[in-house]
Amino acid sequence: MAQIKTPRFEVTDGTLIPDKGEKSIFSAWKIAFFGAISLLIILPIVKPDPYLYILKFIPDGIVATFQVTVLSIVLSFFIGLLTGLGRISRVTIFNRIATVYVEVIRGIPLLVQLFYIYYALGKIVQVPRLASAVIAMAVCYGAYMGEIFRAGILAIPRGQMEAALALGLSRGQALWKVILPQTVKVILPPIGNEFIALLKDSSLVSILAVSDLLRRGREYASTSFMYFESYTIVALVYLIITLFLSRLVAIMEEKLVRREN
Amino acid sequence: MKINNKTRVRIENASKNFDKVVALKNVNLEVKIGEVVLIIGPSGSGKSTLLRSVNRLENLTSGDIWVDDDLLTNNKSDIRKIREEVGMVFQSFNLFSHLTALENVTLAPLTVKKIPKETAEKKGRELLARVGLSDKENNYPDQLSGGQQQRVAIARALAMNPKVMLFDEPTSALDPEMIKEVLDVMLQLAKDGMTMLVVSHEMGFARAAADKVVFMDGGEIIEIGTPDDIFDQPKEERTKKFLKHIL
Repeated sequence: MAQIKTPRFEVTDGTLIPDKGEKSIFSAWKIAFFGAISLLIILPIVKPDPYLYILKFIPDGIVATFQVTVLSIVLSFFIGLLTGLGRISRVTIFNRIATVYVEVIRGIPLLVQLFYIYYALGKIVQVPRLASAVIAMAVCYGAYMGEIFRAGILAIPRGQMEAALALGLSRGQALWKVILPQTVKVILPPIGNEFIALLKDSSLVSILAVSDLLRRGREYASTSFMYFESYTIVALVYLIITLFLSRLVAIMEEKLVRREN
Repeated sequence: MKINNKTRVRIENASKNFDKVVALKNVNLEVKIGEVVLIIGPSGSGKSTLLRSVNRLENLTSGDIWVDDDLLTNNKSDIRKIREEVGMVFQSFNLFSHLTALENVTLAPLTVKKIPKETAEKKGRELLARVGLSDKENNYPDQLSGGQQQRVAIARALAMNPKVMLFDEPTSALDPEMIKEVLDVMLQLAKDGMTMLVVSHEMGFARAAADKVVFMDGGEIIEIGTPDDIFDQPKEERTKKFLKHIL
Protein backbone atom coordinates (compact mmCIF):
# COMPACT_ATOMS: atom_id res chain seq x y z
CA MET A 1 0.00 0.00 0.00
CA ALA A 2 1.18 3.46 -0.72
CA GLN A 3 2.60 5.81 1.79
CA ILE A 4 0.70 9.04 2.06
CA LYS A 5 1.47 10.39 5.49
CA THR A 6 -0.50 13.15 7.04
CA PRO A 7 2.16 15.62 8.09
CA ARG A 8 2.70 15.95 11.83
CA PHE A 9 4.19 18.63 13.90
CA GLU A 10 4.53 18.89 17.63
CA VAL A 11 3.77 21.65 20.03
CA THR A 12 5.04 20.69 23.43
CA ASP A 13 4.08 22.88 26.28
CA GLY A 14 1.92 22.05 29.24
CA THR A 15 1.03 18.56 30.30
CA LEU A 16 2.81 15.63 28.75
CA ILE A 17 0.47 13.73 26.51
CA PRO A 18 0.52 10.13 27.78
CA ASP A 19 0.93 7.94 24.73
CA LYS A 20 0.69 4.24 25.50
CA GLY A 21 3.85 3.73 23.45
CA GLU A 22 5.85 5.79 25.90
CA LYS A 23 5.72 3.62 28.97
CA SER A 24 7.38 5.98 31.43
CA ILE A 25 5.06 8.90 30.67
CA PHE A 26 2.04 6.64 30.66
CA SER A 27 2.86 5.17 34.05
CA ALA A 28 3.63 8.64 35.44
CA TRP A 29 0.24 9.70 34.17
CA LYS A 30 -1.43 6.72 35.85
CA ILE A 31 0.26 7.40 39.17
CA ALA A 32 -0.68 11.09 39.10
CA PHE A 33 -4.23 10.52 37.89
CA PHE A 34 -5.23 7.67 40.17
CA GLY A 35 -3.27 9.16 43.05
CA ALA A 36 -5.21 12.40 42.75
CA ILE A 37 -8.52 10.57 42.52
CA SER A 38 -7.79 8.44 45.57
CA LEU A 39 -6.77 11.51 47.55
CA LEU A 40 -9.96 13.23 46.51
CA ILE A 41 -11.96 10.23 47.73
CA ILE A 42 -9.99 9.45 50.87
CA LEU A 43 -9.64 12.99 52.26
CA PRO A 44 -13.40 13.72 52.52
CA ILE A 45 -13.98 10.26 54.06
CA VAL A 46 -11.24 10.56 56.63
CA LYS A 47 -11.85 14.21 57.41
CA PRO A 48 -15.33 15.24 56.21
CA ASP A 49 -14.90 18.56 57.95
CA PRO A 50 -13.67 20.53 56.00
CA TYR A 51 -12.87 18.42 52.92
CA LEU A 52 -16.37 17.16 52.21
CA TYR A 53 -17.80 20.67 52.65
CA ILE A 54 -15.22 22.12 50.27
CA LEU A 55 -15.97 19.42 47.76
CA LYS A 56 -19.66 20.24 47.96
CA PHE A 57 -18.97 23.95 47.64
CA ILE A 58 -16.95 24.01 44.42
CA PRO A 59 -18.97 22.17 41.69
CA ASP A 60 -20.53 25.48 40.55
CA GLY A 61 -16.98 26.63 39.95
CA ILE A 62 -16.14 23.59 37.85
CA VAL A 63 -19.14 24.37 35.67
CA ALA A 64 -18.03 28.00 35.30
CA THR A 65 -14.48 26.94 34.50
CA PHE A 66 -15.73 24.67 31.74
CA GLN A 67 -18.07 27.39 30.49
CA VAL A 68 -15.23 29.86 30.15
CA THR A 69 -12.94 27.24 28.60
CA VAL A 70 -15.36 25.84 26.04
CA LEU A 71 -16.72 29.22 24.96
CA SER A 72 -13.20 30.67 24.74
CA ILE A 73 -11.82 27.77 22.74
CA VAL A 74 -14.71 27.92 20.26
CA LEU A 75 -14.34 31.68 19.81
CA SER A 76 -10.56 31.46 19.61
CA PHE A 77 -10.89 28.71 16.99
CA PHE A 78 -12.54 31.17 14.63
CA ILE A 79 -10.18 34.01 15.54
CA GLY A 80 -7.33 31.56 14.99
CA LEU A 81 -8.69 30.49 11.61
CA LEU A 82 -8.89 34.11 10.45
CA THR A 83 -5.47 34.88 11.91
CA GLY A 84 -3.88 31.81 10.34
CA LEU A 85 -5.35 32.69 6.95
CA GLY A 86 -4.15 36.26 7.38
CA ARG A 87 -0.66 35.07 8.27
CA ILE A 88 -0.36 33.15 5.01
CA SER A 89 -2.28 35.69 2.94
CA ARG A 90 -0.55 37.34 0.00
CA VAL A 91 -2.61 40.46 0.55
CA THR A 92 -0.22 42.70 2.47
CA ILE A 93 -2.84 44.39 4.61
CA PHE A 94 -4.35 41.13 5.91
CA ASN A 95 -0.94 39.70 6.47
CA ARG A 96 0.22 42.75 8.42
CA ILE A 97 -2.87 42.90 10.60
CA ALA A 98 -2.66 39.23 11.49
CA THR A 99 1.08 39.30 12.14
CA VAL A 100 0.97 42.41 14.28
CA TYR A 101 -1.93 40.96 16.27
CA VAL A 102 0.03 37.79 16.96
CA GLU A 103 3.16 39.72 17.91
CA VAL A 104 1.32 42.08 20.24
CA ILE A 105 -0.68 39.38 21.98
CA ARG A 106 2.31 37.12 22.47
CA GLY A 107 4.27 39.95 23.97
CA ILE A 108 1.81 40.77 26.74
CA PRO A 109 1.24 38.52 29.74
CA LEU A 110 -2.20 36.95 29.77
CA LEU A 111 -3.02 38.37 33.16
CA VAL A 112 -2.29 41.89 31.96
CA GLN A 113 -4.37 41.28 28.85
CA LEU A 114 -7.26 40.09 30.94
CA PHE A 115 -7.20 43.25 33.04
CA TYR A 116 -6.73 45.40 29.98
CA ILE A 117 -9.51 43.93 27.88
CA TYR A 118 -11.86 43.74 30.84
CA TYR A 119 -11.43 47.36 31.78
CA ALA A 120 -11.01 48.62 28.23
CA LEU A 121 -14.22 46.90 27.21
CA GLY A 122 -15.86 48.23 30.34
CA LYS A 123 -15.12 51.79 29.22
CA ILE A 124 -17.04 51.31 25.99
CA VAL A 125 -19.83 48.88 26.79
CA GLN A 126 -20.98 47.23 29.93
CA VAL A 127 -20.51 43.52 29.19
CA PRO A 128 -21.30 40.75 31.61
CA ARG A 129 -18.25 39.47 33.47
CA LEU A 130 -18.40 36.04 31.91
CA ALA A 131 -18.60 37.51 28.40
CA SER A 132 -15.63 39.80 28.88
CA ALA A 133 -13.61 36.99 30.42
CA VAL A 134 -14.40 34.79 27.41
CA ILE A 135 -13.57 37.56 24.96
CA ALA A 136 -10.27 38.27 26.67
CA MET A 137 -9.26 34.62 26.77
CA ALA A 138 -10.31 34.10 23.14
CA VAL A 139 -8.44 37.16 21.90
CA CYS A 140 -5.32 35.90 23.61
CA TYR A 141 -5.61 32.27 22.59
CA GLY A 142 -6.71 33.26 19.08
CA ALA A 143 -3.13 34.41 18.46
CA TYR A 144 -1.67 31.04 19.47
CA MET A 145 -4.42 29.25 17.61
CA GLY A 146 -3.58 31.34 14.54
CA GLU A 147 -0.03 30.03 14.65
CA ILE A 148 -1.35 26.47 14.87
CA PHE A 149 -3.58 27.06 11.85
CA ARG A 150 -0.71 28.62 9.96
CA ALA A 151 1.63 25.74 10.70
CA GLY A 152 -1.14 23.26 9.91
CA ILE A 153 -1.94 24.84 6.56
CA LEU A 154 1.75 25.02 5.65
CA ALA A 155 2.14 21.36 6.63
CA ILE A 156 -0.19 20.32 3.81
CA PRO A 157 1.96 19.43 0.79
CA ARG A 158 2.08 22.09 -1.93
CA GLY A 159 0.91 19.55 -4.48
CA GLN A 160 -2.57 19.54 -2.96
CA MET A 161 -3.07 23.22 -3.77
CA GLU A 162 -1.49 22.79 -7.20
CA ALA A 163 -3.70 19.85 -8.07
CA ALA A 164 -6.79 21.81 -7.04
CA LEU A 165 -5.75 24.88 -9.04
CA ALA A 166 -4.91 22.72 -12.05
CA LEU A 167 -8.48 21.39 -11.99
CA GLY A 168 -9.81 24.93 -12.27
CA LEU A 169 -10.71 25.58 -8.63
CA SER A 170 -10.20 29.10 -7.36
CA ARG A 171 -7.78 29.68 -4.52
CA GLY A 172 -10.69 30.13 -2.14
CA GLN A 173 -12.39 26.93 -3.28
CA ALA A 174 -9.12 25.04 -3.02
CA LEU A 175 -8.57 26.34 0.49
CA TRP A 176 -12.08 25.52 1.60
CA LYS A 177 -12.53 22.14 -0.08
CA VAL A 178 -9.01 20.74 -0.12
CA ILE A 179 -6.60 22.45 2.26
CA LEU A 180 -8.68 23.26 5.36
CA PRO A 181 -10.36 19.84 5.73
CA GLN A 182 -6.89 18.30 5.83
CA THR A 183 -5.57 21.04 8.09
CA VAL A 184 -8.26 20.48 10.70
CA LYS A 185 -7.28 16.84 10.96
CA VAL A 186 -3.62 17.72 11.41
CA ILE A 187 -4.21 20.39 14.02
CA LEU A 188 -6.70 18.50 16.20
CA PRO A 189 -4.06 17.24 18.64
CA PRO A 190 -2.38 20.65 19.09
CA ILE A 191 -5.81 22.21 19.55
CA GLY A 192 -6.49 19.61 22.23
CA ASN A 193 -3.31 20.79 23.94
CA GLU A 194 -4.45 24.39 23.68
CA PHE A 195 -7.75 23.40 25.25
CA ILE A 196 -5.92 21.99 28.25
CA ALA A 197 -3.66 25.02 28.50
CA LEU A 198 -6.67 27.31 28.25
CA LEU A 199 -8.49 25.41 30.95
CA LYS A 200 -5.59 25.97 33.31
CA ASP A 201 -5.19 29.60 32.33
CA SER A 202 -8.90 30.14 32.83
CA SER A 203 -8.12 30.19 36.55
CA LEU A 204 -6.87 33.73 35.89
CA VAL A 205 -10.42 34.90 35.22
CA SER A 206 -11.16 34.43 38.90
CA ILE A 207 -9.63 37.87 39.40
CA LEU A 208 -12.39 39.30 37.19
CA ALA A 209 -14.87 38.05 39.75
CA VAL A 210 -16.02 35.17 37.59
CA SER A 211 -16.99 32.36 39.95
CA ASP A 212 -14.78 29.70 38.48
CA LEU A 213 -13.18 26.78 40.27
CA LEU A 214 -10.34 28.79 41.78
CA ARG A 215 -12.61 31.60 42.90
CA ARG A 216 -15.01 29.19 44.60
CA GLY A 217 -12.06 27.77 46.48
CA ARG A 218 -10.98 31.24 47.48
CA GLU A 219 -14.48 32.10 48.64
CA TYR A 220 -14.58 29.04 50.84
CA ALA A 221 -11.10 29.72 52.18
CA SER A 222 -11.78 33.34 53.03
CA THR A 223 -14.87 32.54 55.08
CA SER A 224 -13.51 29.45 56.80
CA PHE A 225 -9.79 30.38 56.93
CA MET A 226 -9.07 26.84 55.74
CA TYR A 227 -6.62 28.01 53.09
CA PHE A 228 -4.48 24.90 52.88
CA GLU A 229 -7.43 22.52 52.74
CA SER A 230 -9.38 24.58 50.18
CA TYR A 231 -6.49 24.96 47.77
CA THR A 232 -5.58 21.29 48.14
CA ILE A 233 -8.99 20.35 46.84
CA VAL A 234 -8.88 23.00 44.10
CA ALA A 235 -5.46 21.80 42.94
CA LEU A 236 -6.56 18.17 42.95
CA VAL A 237 -9.66 18.92 40.89
CA TYR A 238 -7.64 20.89 38.32
CA LEU A 239 -5.08 18.11 38.17
CA ILE A 240 -7.67 15.40 37.62
CA ILE A 241 -9.40 17.39 34.89
CA THR A 242 -6.21 18.20 32.97
CA LEU A 243 -4.81 14.68 33.31
CA PHE A 244 -8.10 13.26 32.11
CA LEU A 245 -8.16 15.63 29.13
CA SER A 246 -4.55 14.96 28.23
CA ARG A 247 -5.36 11.26 28.07
CA LEU A 248 -8.31 12.09 25.79
CA VAL A 249 -6.00 14.00 23.47
CA ALA A 250 -3.61 11.06 23.44
CA ILE A 251 -6.42 8.69 22.49
CA MET A 252 -7.46 11.07 19.73
CA GLU A 253 -3.89 11.15 18.43
CA GLU A 254 -3.63 7.36 18.55
CA LYS A 255 -6.87 7.07 16.59
CA LEU A 256 -5.60 9.46 13.92
CA VAL A 257 -2.37 7.54 13.57
CA ARG A 258 -4.17 4.23 13.39
CA ARG A 259 -6.46 5.46 10.63
CA GLU A 260 -3.37 6.23 8.65
CA ASN A 261 -1.73 2.87 8.92
CA MET B 1 -3.34 8.32 -35.60
CA LYS B 2 -5.88 11.00 -36.23
CA ILE B 3 -3.96 14.22 -36.01
CA ASN B 4 -5.96 17.21 -36.96
CA ASN B 5 -3.98 20.03 -38.49
CA LYS B 6 -5.37 22.54 -36.06
CA THR B 7 -3.01 23.69 -33.36
CA ARG B 8 -4.12 23.02 -29.79
CA VAL B 9 -1.19 24.40 -27.81
CA ARG B 10 1.20 26.99 -29.17
CA ILE B 11 4.24 28.10 -27.19
CA GLU B 12 6.09 31.12 -28.52
CA ASN B 13 9.42 32.43 -27.28
CA ALA B 14 8.77 31.15 -23.79
CA SER B 15 11.42 32.23 -21.29
CA LYS B 16 11.52 31.80 -17.57
CA ASN B 17 14.08 32.89 -15.01
CA PHE B 18 14.16 31.87 -11.37
CA ASP B 19 16.21 34.68 -9.90
CA LYS B 20 19.41 34.28 -11.86
CA VAL B 21 18.80 30.75 -13.04
CA VAL B 22 17.49 30.49 -16.57
CA ALA B 23 14.90 27.72 -16.66
CA LEU B 24 13.52 28.31 -20.15
CA LYS B 25 15.16 30.11 -23.04
CA ASN B 26 13.08 31.08 -26.07
CA VAL B 27 11.16 27.85 -26.35
CA ASN B 28 8.87 27.42 -29.36
CA LEU B 29 6.60 24.42 -29.62
CA GLU B 30 3.34 23.52 -31.28
CA VAL B 31 1.06 20.67 -30.35
CA LYS B 32 -1.68 19.78 -32.79
CA ILE B 33 -5.06 18.34 -31.89
CA GLY B 34 -4.70 14.64 -31.16
CA GLU B 35 -0.94 14.79 -31.07
CA VAL B 36 1.12 13.10 -28.39
CA VAL B 37 4.35 14.95 -27.64
CA LEU B 38 6.97 13.52 -25.33
CA ILE B 39 9.52 15.80 -23.70
CA ILE B 40 12.80 14.28 -22.56
CA GLY B 41 15.96 15.78 -21.15
CA PRO B 42 18.27 15.73 -18.15
CA SER B 43 16.98 16.98 -14.81
CA GLY B 44 17.05 20.74 -14.62
CA SER B 45 16.63 21.04 -18.37
CA GLY B 46 13.36 22.96 -17.96
CA LYS B 47 10.98 20.28 -19.16
CA SER B 48 8.78 20.32 -16.08
CA THR B 49 8.82 24.11 -16.00
CA LEU B 50 7.65 24.18 -19.60
CA LEU B 51 4.85 21.74 -18.86
CA ARG B 52 3.75 23.60 -15.75
CA SER B 53 3.64 26.84 -17.73
CA VAL B 54 0.91 25.39 -19.94
CA ASN B 55 -1.63 25.79 -17.13
CA ARG B 56 0.25 28.62 -15.50
CA LEU B 57 1.37 26.82 -12.40
CA GLU B 58 4.54 28.65 -13.44
CA ASN B 59 4.40 32.17 -14.81
CA LEU B 60 6.64 32.86 -17.77
CA THR B 61 9.07 35.75 -17.58
CA SER B 62 8.35 36.46 -21.24
CA GLY B 63 6.72 34.77 -24.19
CA ASP B 64 3.22 33.56 -24.96
CA ILE B 65 1.28 30.35 -24.69
CA TRP B 66 -2.04 29.74 -26.42
CA VAL B 67 -4.49 26.95 -25.78
CA ASP B 68 -6.70 26.98 -28.86
CA ASP B 69 -7.41 30.68 -29.25
CA ASP B 70 -7.02 31.61 -25.61
CA LEU B 71 -3.88 33.47 -24.69
CA LEU B 72 -2.85 31.88 -21.43
CA THR B 73 -0.03 34.21 -20.52
CA ASN B 74 -2.20 37.30 -20.54
CA ASN B 75 -2.97 38.31 -16.99
CA LYS B 76 -6.45 39.37 -17.99
CA SER B 77 -7.43 36.02 -19.44
CA ASP B 78 -9.57 33.84 -17.25
CA ILE B 79 -6.93 31.41 -16.07
CA ARG B 80 -9.47 29.24 -14.32
CA LYS B 81 -11.44 28.70 -17.52
CA ILE B 82 -8.26 27.65 -19.30
CA ARG B 83 -7.18 25.39 -16.46
CA GLU B 84 -10.49 23.59 -16.73
CA GLU B 85 -9.52 22.69 -20.26
CA VAL B 86 -5.99 21.61 -19.43
CA GLY B 87 -5.78 18.43 -17.39
CA MET B 88 -2.67 17.81 -15.32
CA VAL B 89 -1.19 14.63 -13.87
CA PHE B 90 1.64 15.01 -11.37
CA GLN B 91 4.65 12.92 -10.54
CA SER B 92 3.50 12.56 -6.93
CA PHE B 93 -0.18 11.98 -7.87
CA ASN B 94 -1.38 14.69 -5.47
CA LEU B 95 -4.69 12.98 -4.81
CA PHE B 96 -6.75 14.78 -2.19
CA SER B 97 -5.99 12.59 0.78
CA HIS B 98 -9.21 13.35 2.70
CA LEU B 99 -11.44 12.25 -0.17
CA THR B 100 -12.28 8.83 -1.60
CA ALA B 101 -11.30 7.90 -5.14
CA LEU B 102 -14.76 8.81 -6.43
CA GLU B 103 -14.85 12.07 -4.47
CA ASN B 104 -11.45 12.96 -5.89
CA VAL B 105 -12.85 12.54 -9.38
CA THR B 106 -16.09 14.43 -8.76
CA LEU B 107 -14.75 17.36 -6.69
CA ALA B 108 -13.91 19.66 -9.58
CA PRO B 109 -17.03 18.96 -11.67
CA LEU B 110 -19.16 19.60 -8.58
CA THR B 111 -17.26 22.67 -7.37
CA VAL B 112 -16.26 24.34 -10.60
CA LYS B 113 -18.85 23.26 -13.12
CA LYS B 114 -21.69 22.91 -10.59
CA ILE B 115 -22.85 19.71 -12.22
CA PRO B 116 -25.64 17.88 -10.30
CA LYS B 117 -24.23 15.31 -7.91
CA GLU B 118 -25.87 12.31 -9.61
CA THR B 119 -24.53 13.23 -13.03
CA ALA B 120 -21.05 13.85 -11.64
CA GLU B 121 -20.98 10.55 -9.82
CA LYS B 122 -22.24 8.64 -12.82
CA LYS B 123 -19.50 10.16 -14.96
CA GLY B 124 -16.97 9.62 -12.16
CA ARG B 125 -17.81 5.92 -12.03
CA GLU B 126 -17.45 5.64 -15.79
CA LEU B 127 -14.02 7.25 -15.61
CA LEU B 128 -12.91 4.99 -12.76
CA ALA B 129 -14.07 2.03 -14.85
CA ARG B 130 -12.07 3.38 -17.75
CA VAL B 131 -8.87 3.33 -15.68
CA GLY B 132 -9.80 -0.10 -14.30
CA LEU B 133 -10.67 0.92 -10.74
CA SER B 134 -14.41 0.40 -10.47
CA ASP B 135 -14.00 -1.61 -7.30
CA LYS B 136 -11.97 1.11 -5.56
CA GLU B 137 -14.35 4.06 -5.65
CA ASN B 138 -14.77 4.18 -1.89
CA ASN B 139 -11.09 3.77 -1.08
CA TYR B 140 -9.05 6.65 0.27
CA PRO B 141 -5.74 7.42 -1.43
CA ASP B 142 -3.72 5.83 1.37
CA GLN B 143 -5.60 2.59 0.75
CA LEU B 144 -4.44 2.50 -2.88
CA SER B 145 -1.12 1.50 -4.43
CA GLY B 146 0.93 4.13 -6.23
CA GLY B 147 -0.17 2.86 -9.63
CA GLN B 148 -3.80 2.91 -8.58
CA GLN B 149 -3.44 6.43 -7.19
CA GLN B 150 -1.97 7.66 -10.44
CA ARG B 151 -4.81 6.08 -12.39
CA VAL B 152 -7.34 7.82 -10.13
CA ALA B 153 -5.41 11.06 -10.75
CA ILE B 154 -5.78 10.54 -14.50
CA ALA B 155 -9.53 9.91 -14.08
CA ARG B 156 -9.74 13.05 -11.93
CA ALA B 157 -8.17 15.16 -14.67
CA LEU B 158 -10.38 13.59 -17.35
CA ALA B 159 -13.51 14.45 -15.38
CA MET B 160 -13.22 18.06 -16.52
CA ASN B 161 -13.25 17.02 -20.20
CA PRO B 162 -9.89 18.62 -20.91
CA LYS B 163 -8.78 19.48 -24.42
CA VAL B 164 -5.20 18.59 -23.60
CA MET B 165 -3.59 16.50 -20.88
CA LEU B 166 -0.24 17.30 -19.29
CA PHE B 167 1.73 14.50 -17.67
CA ASP B 168 4.65 15.53 -15.45
CA GLU B 169 6.80 12.42 -15.04
CA PRO B 170 3.72 10.32 -14.28
CA THR B 171 5.60 7.07 -13.67
CA SER B 172 8.86 8.14 -12.06
CA ALA B 173 7.53 7.87 -8.49
CA LEU B 174 6.21 4.36 -9.13
CA ASP B 175 7.64 0.96 -8.37
CA PRO B 176 8.59 -0.84 -11.58
CA GLU B 177 5.72 -3.32 -11.42
CA MET B 178 3.18 -0.50 -11.35
CA ILE B 179 4.52 1.51 -14.25
CA LYS B 180 2.82 -0.61 -16.88
CA GLU B 181 -0.70 -0.20 -15.54
CA VAL B 182 -0.35 3.58 -15.75
CA LEU B 183 1.27 3.53 -19.19
CA ASP B 184 -1.51 1.27 -20.46
CA VAL B 185 -4.08 3.84 -19.43
CA MET B 186 -2.08 6.60 -21.09
CA LEU B 187 -1.67 4.53 -24.21
CA GLN B 188 -5.41 3.99 -24.41
CA LEU B 189 -5.95 7.73 -23.98
CA ALA B 190 -3.56 8.42 -26.84
CA LYS B 191 -5.39 5.92 -29.02
CA ASP B 192 -8.69 7.63 -28.21
CA GLY B 193 -7.26 10.81 -29.69
CA MET B 194 -6.40 12.83 -26.60
CA THR B 195 -3.90 15.60 -27.11
CA MET B 196 -1.06 14.90 -24.72
CA LEU B 197 2.09 16.62 -23.57
CA VAL B 198 4.19 14.18 -21.58
CA VAL B 199 7.41 14.63 -19.64
CA SER B 200 8.78 11.12 -19.32
CA HIS B 201 11.67 8.88 -20.24
CA GLU B 202 9.55 5.84 -20.98
CA MET B 203 10.94 4.73 -24.34
CA GLY B 204 8.35 2.01 -24.81
CA PHE B 205 5.53 4.48 -24.40
CA ALA B 206 7.29 6.95 -26.66
CA ARG B 207 7.66 4.46 -29.50
CA ALA B 208 4.13 3.16 -29.09
CA ALA B 209 2.28 6.43 -28.73
CA ALA B 210 4.35 9.55 -29.33
CA ASP B 211 4.12 11.49 -32.55
CA LYS B 212 6.96 13.78 -31.61
CA VAL B 213 9.82 13.61 -29.16
CA VAL B 214 11.32 16.85 -27.91
CA PHE B 215 14.78 16.84 -26.37
CA MET B 216 15.50 19.72 -24.00
CA ASP B 217 18.70 20.75 -22.31
CA GLY B 218 19.65 23.91 -20.43
CA GLY B 219 16.18 25.41 -20.88
CA GLU B 220 16.26 25.11 -24.65
CA ILE B 221 14.78 22.72 -27.19
CA ILE B 222 17.76 21.04 -28.79
CA GLU B 223 16.03 18.67 -31.14
CA ILE B 224 12.54 17.65 -32.23
CA GLY B 225 11.71 14.55 -34.23
CA THR B 226 9.76 11.33 -34.44
CA PRO B 227 10.61 8.76 -31.76
CA ASP B 228 12.56 6.72 -34.27
CA ASP B 229 14.54 9.75 -35.43
CA ILE B 230 15.44 10.87 -31.95
CA PHE B 231 16.17 7.50 -30.40
CA ASP B 232 17.87 5.82 -33.39
CA GLN B 233 19.47 8.67 -35.31
CA PRO B 234 19.86 11.69 -33.08
CA LYS B 235 21.54 14.56 -34.90
CA GLU B 236 22.71 16.72 -32.03
CA GLU B 237 25.70 15.83 -29.93
CA ARG B 238 23.90 16.63 -26.65
CA THR B 239 21.00 14.37 -27.59
CA LYS B 240 23.36 11.49 -28.29
CA LYS B 241 25.16 12.00 -25.01
CA PHE B 242 21.91 12.09 -23.03
CA LEU B 243 20.47 9.01 -24.74
CA LYS B 244 23.63 7.09 -24.01
CA HIS B 245 23.01 7.74 -20.32
CA ILE B 246 19.43 6.59 -20.18
CA LEU B 247 19.42 3.70 -22.66
